[in-house]
Amino acid sequence: MSTLRRREVVRTLLAERGDLLVVAGLGSTSWDCTAAGDHPLTFPLWGGMGLAAMTGLGLALAQPARRVLVVTGDGEMLMGLGSLATIGVQRPANLAVVVIDNERYGETGMQETHTAHGVDLAAMALAAGFASSVLVRDAAAVDGLRQSVHRAPGPLFAQVKVAADKESVVLPPREGALLKNRFREALLGASAHLQ
Amino acid sequence: MPDAGHKRLIELCQADARMRTVVMSTEEEGVGLATGAWLGGAKTVLLMQSSGVGNIVNALGMVRECRIPLLLLVTMRGEYGEFNPWQVPMGQATPEVLRAMGVIVQAADSAGEVAAHVDAAARIAFGGYAAAAVLVSQRVIGIKSFQEQSAR
Repeated sequence: MSTLRRREVVRTLLAERGDLLVVAGLGSTSWDCTAAGDHPLTFPLWGGMGLAAMTGLGLALAQPARRVLVVTGDGEMLMGLGSLATIGVQRPANLAVVVIDNERYGETGMQETHTAHGVDLAAMALAAGFASSVLVRDAAAVDGLRQSVHRAPGPLFAQVKVAADKESVVLPPREGALLKNRFREALLGASAHLQ
Repeated sequence: MPDAGHKRLIELCQADARMRTVVMSTEEEGVGLATGAWLGGAKTVLLMQSSGVGNIVNALGMVRECRIPLLLLVTMRGEYGEFNPWQVPMGQATPEVLRAMGVIVQAADSAGEVAAHVDAAARIAFGGYAAAAVLVSQRVIGIKSFQEQSAR
């Protein structure tokens, strides 16, 4: 069992984020990203389970000059495994998918996910065609991962094993249209509302 | 997502330098892709067979809540003269399933209607930040039979 704390991992990943664009998978990773600082260029999902990586792919293809980071959970990623293959075929150099893997469904009673039974998401991403894929178990590697998110040629995948602790719930705004509009305005300017 | 009814359209899209085609492993992925692309300022259109509509139901809730423009071009199976009984349940339910999730549905029953319906659906989707689907009938794309399938 990993001793990494999910809040510290996500806070490190989002430190000095610069112009990074972030998609947060629903549930705990969304609260983690919000705890690190609510930001207009973070799009926290409140639904659409299984679609975080594909939302990141759409953003990465639309904005090839920007780096895009998807932060999601193991249960959310398991629901969209096919998207690993789709990303592997598209090979966007500016996309990173980081799975915060507590081996649990955190919002529904901490039931074990398949990763608790040996399913290796990092190996799956590599087999699907990601440019690189790493399994992270220690804090020193998390800072290296943060630098890779900003600089390494993608698509990059990381599976970060974290402790199965329940953290406080830190909520971003809920309304989908608001989250979309503030993201587009921050990225595209006020003229985005005239598109 | 490929369908025989989309074959020529897919080829045209792949040949068009102004478009990027993304093949997916399931239709649901396309709703995520469309959401991310719109966040980044790009427009998308999703091509799928009517069976794929069953795969995107929960995802449609996301585009509705976020008011993401979503244009769906759906070629029908199980709708008119279908030879495969396994296609019939989803084909018959397709318009109701889409409407239940708030998608604006425009059915094209003849080839002459398709272009105008696609134009209208694109206007209402991108003009109104809505989800809109054009259902292209089997009367337009032809009715498959086992004999035709095995001759291919």
